[in-house]
Amino acid sequence: MASIYELDQAVRLIRDGDTVLAGGFYGNGTPALIVDELIRQGQKNLTIANNDGNTTEKGVGRLIASGQVKKFICSWCGRLGILPQLVDEGKIELELCPQGTFAERIRAAGFGLGGVLTPTGLGTIVEEKWAERVTLNGRDWLYHAPLKGNVAIVEADRADTEGNLVFHLTQRAFSQVMCFAADLVIAEINRPIEPAGNIDPQDVHVPGVVVDILVQGKGGNHEQ
Amino acid sequence: MNSKEFIARRVAREFKSGDLANLGAGIPGQAAKYLDPAVKVYLHAENGIVGAGPWPADEPIDVFSTDASENPVSIVPGGAIVDSCTSFGLIRGGHLQTTVLGAMQVDMEGNLANWLVPGGKMAGMGGAMDLVCGAKRVVIAMEHCAKDGSPKILRKCTFPLTGLRVVTSIITELGYFDVTPDGLVLKEIAPGVTLEEITRKTEAPFAVSPTLSEMTVD
Repeated sequence: MASIYELDQAVRLIRDGDTVLAGGFYGNGTPALIVDELIRQGQKNLTIANNDGNTTEKGVGRLIASGQVKKFICSWCGRLGILPQLVDEGKIELELCPQGTFAERIRAAGFGLGGVLTPTGLGTIVEEKWAERVTLNGRDWLYHAPLKGNVAIVEADRADTEGNLVFHLTQRAFSQVMCFAADLVIAEINRPIEPAGNIDPQDVHVPGVVVDILVQGKGGNHEQ
Repeated sequence: MNSKEFIARRVAREFKSGDLANLGAGIPGQAAKYLDPAVKVYLHAENGIVGAGPWPADEPIDVFSTDASENPVSIVPGGAIVDSCTSFGLIRGGHLQTTVLGAMQVDMEGNLANWLVPGGKMAGMGGAMDLVCGAKRVVIAMEHCAKDGSPKILRKCTFPLTGLRVVTSIITELGYFDVTPDGLVLKEIAPGVTLEEITRKTEAPFAVSPTLSEMTVD
């Protein structure tokens, strides 16, 4: 069951050194107000798991630009021109994970599983650097550990006061599963937060029982 | 018609009605424009769209109706939105008929390198490794040679691999190859192209299909 917090109060729950699962694909679906406030409050040594980081202007790439990230876990970071140098200088650790494996590692953490066995990445750099080959019943797999957060930060379109979340189209992406895989789940809600009972139960993407904190976002406009 | 358009138009003939297909950035994505409207292909976008279609130019853009290259798209009637686990479950679970991707290098064993140049900036594999591992058919659509004229169809890839023995077919402006357990087989040749030219521009050896035909596009 969720509580509605002011933005600064919610973000104060994120601590130095936390592992933060952050929703968003190219920054679309990354909670912009929460990222703004993280930059203002200045939490340090964060480990951020997000698909791509997007850029230093939009998405969690902003936290990399502000020097608050010690480790970044993603599937792709081609829009973060500053990252390769930070990695070379040893200022940030980069862990790459194939996109589907990234999603499943989060799912494993959220649903009580011991990890992921996948054929994706066999014989590639993923096996060399970030995973372990295992053979079961004559078949090879790559084993990846679950990816759990201290905190998940996501953006959703609608929520009710119980914390039930509804995403708008591809806003769902990784955010749905991230809400199950962190000790503390903070959701920034675009539309005005609604009374319980307003959302048809069968439309709920994330049940409120796993959502801790709601923050009122800016409004329901997805258009550019 | 330039060579990229020729390749994209040939790619567009690779599908049959009911296929779920993923088109990578660049030439593969261009093929969407040339799909036969009579063939109902569901285009998959990694960020969770099953059934992406063209975006009407006069509509405002919704950032949550964009594809995995952040191009605005529509969702076709009968399309669906799924989360990332389901999106990649569709790929890895064998529900995606065909993926079409570009390549830096591809070799006679069907190994593919399309995400990292040695010594280059490590930008990540995104969904490419899942796609080549999970799709039933992996079609490579690319210009036959690199910009400096060097061959891209090799005996053995030298760049870091995206996938091991994953490629099904290769389409270039010169011809269409199948990757078989015995190596490459040329099954179509583009109009005006000679076997001598393809051989000269291809490092890997290849057999010529006894039913070699001309590569035509609509």
